[in-house]
Amino acid sequence: MELVCPAGTPASLHAAVAAGADVVYCGFRDATNARNFPGLNFSRAELRDAVKHAHKHGVHVYLACNTYPQAGAEEIWHKAVDDAVAIGVDAIILADIGLLRYARDHHPDARLHLSVQASASNEEAIRFYHQEFGVRRVVLPRVLSLDEIRTLNQRIQVETEVFAFGGMCVMAEGRCSLSSYATGESPNMNGVCSPAAHVHYEERGDTTVSRLGNFTINIYDSDEKVGYPTLCKGRFRAMDKSGYLFEEPTSLDVTAMLPELADAGVSALKIEGRQRGKAYISQVVGAFRTSLDKIAEGRRDARSKLSTLSEGQSDTTGAYRRSWQ
Amino acid sequence: MKRSRLVMGPVLFHWDEDRKKDFYSRIADETDVDTVHVGEVVCAKRMPFFDKHLPSVIERLQRSGKEVVLSTLALVMNEREVNQIRDIAQMPDIMIEANDISVVRLLAGQPHMIGPYINTYNEGTLSYFAEKGAKRIALPWELPMSSIAALCGAQTAAEIEVQVFGRMPLAISARCYSARAQGLHKDGCRYVCGDHLDGMDVETLDDTPFLAVNGLQTLSSHYVEMADNIAQMQTAGVTAFRLSPHSLDMTRVSGLYRQVLARKTDPEELRHRLKEMRFPMNFANGFLHEAPGAEFRQTRARQAE
Repeated sequence: MELVCPAGTPASLHAAVAAGADVVYCGFRDATNARNFPGLNFSRAELRDAVKHAHKHGVHVYLACNTYPQAGAEEIWHKAVDDAVAIGVDAIILADIGLLRYARDHHPDARLHLSVQASASNEEAIRFYHQEFGVRRVVLPRVLSLDEIRTLNQRIQVETEVFAFGGMCVMAEGRCSLSSYATGESPNMNGVCSPAAHVHYEERGDTTVSRLGNFTINIYDSDEKVGYPTLCKGRFRAMDKSGYLFEEPTSLDVTAMLPELADAGVSALKIEGRQRGKAYISQVVGAFRTSLDKIAEGRRDARSKLSTLSEGQSDTTGAYRRSWQ
Repeated sequence: MKRSRLVMGPVLFHWDEDRKKDFYSRIADETDVDTVHVGEVVCAKRMPFFDKHLPSVIERLQRSGKEVVLSTLALVMNEREVNQIRDIAQMPDIMIEANDISVVRLLAGQPHMIGPYINTYNEGTLSYFAEKGAKRIALPWELPMSSIAALCGAQTAAEIEVQVFGRMPLAISARCYSARAQGLHKDGCRYVCGDHLDGMDVETLDDTPFLAVNGLQTLSSHYVEMADNIAQMQTAGVTAFRLSPHSLDMTRVSGLYRQVLARKTDPEELRHRLKEMRFPMNFANGFLHEAPGAEFRQTRARQAE
């Protein structure tokens, strides 16, 4: 399985290449990609240098252009696709149908991947993107179980890539407006979820309150570790009970499932985290490189040593195991 | 100006069979909505309860002159669900609303609708769907007025529809949050989502109404109410206006919106009447104004001058 690693900066890209990535994915410094955070992402010149460096080391570069172009401003996204092709990236990761058609019509030889933001969760949807736009790989939404992924791979003509480590969306990606409901900015339109500019922390008595826009996402007692207020990971009240209504603050780690994912026909593993620093990238990519190499040698010893890096220091295999089914 | 199309969206909640049958009977007999959506959008597990009544409900609505649209699931995951949408795509004599891209493939070339769960954010995507046979396209909830106007300006053959009343669907998941809240697994959910006619109210820990959980779906606590901007949307080229069903008297709600569409009732008056219906209701229209979706901004006074 190909190891696809994040890079939010040229330094992170160098770290990922050095740590054993097969592919590094990144985005331009604007609203065309789903990690549109301040200080993150690549200028055109930086991407050109990054591709040169990666290719020298036998590593591929994918460009994520996976937000939904704004009506009346589609040319910004068209230009991003044109520039990525001109720079020579190895694949472009897209979600929007209009943009997929543009890429297909203007760059028929470009390798197109379907972003997780398109939320293609079944064989007919994947067949659609393959037949209509020649998509060669689909990044699967994090709602599918291992069995569903296995069945899917037996029925479709394209490669699949799954999330292996990092932050977890509990909702179907690309179909979530929770962030914009509270802040006015969404993954689909702005490339951000629960953006930092709308986050506030308040001390109230002995507690710390984390807020997103005008809404309280969590209240922590003095003995609790305060977390970032990602909306769907918050504590809320329903039917007179308080708790993590959607998901505990956990993150994804499939290290223990790698042989099963390979058996299920998965082509590539994606590490989430273009917003992370280069030390994190080195450590996570290095650990996955080691695990994948062991599996390639026929060894099945693939325990994760990454738990200290996880959100809330708690790991989950997410929907792959579906303990909640 | 051509008469606007007033649409009753699909029932998103797990109402029992009698309530649903009664709802559709009243919509058929007592309203002048033009289009009525039927079908399960949120959870495939709910389908067996009402599927047996669908043919008679559809017939009754059609006999009373309504266009009937069959809405499909928003999240299609396993083989059983794929087979269900294949069956639906082959149903004759009924317009189908695709809420997942898989259905678009199955319906290509035949008249159909693109639902609001499909991401139509720009002219390129809109044109693609129109060329593939979409007759009407319901836009996603988070679009600002500038995008709505630009999409209408693209002048495709497809009608443009916007939801103007009801809680906004904000997210869909494989996981059931109604079951989770009661400590149940999805497979043994006991259909607890049916306990809440308008979704399970979710508040912040400091008591602010925030969201509403409806099984796999999470909606806004606030009700979209866009009467202030209906005239503006009509001018821009929006031709269809959707009401999303709730447990309050939807025949009255549809009457009020028909009056606003015909410019015979003031938006302020409409909101006053909605509140009179003794329904705890916060209004929201923030998405239209490129603001947080939960906000409500009044714009009408200026337009009236």
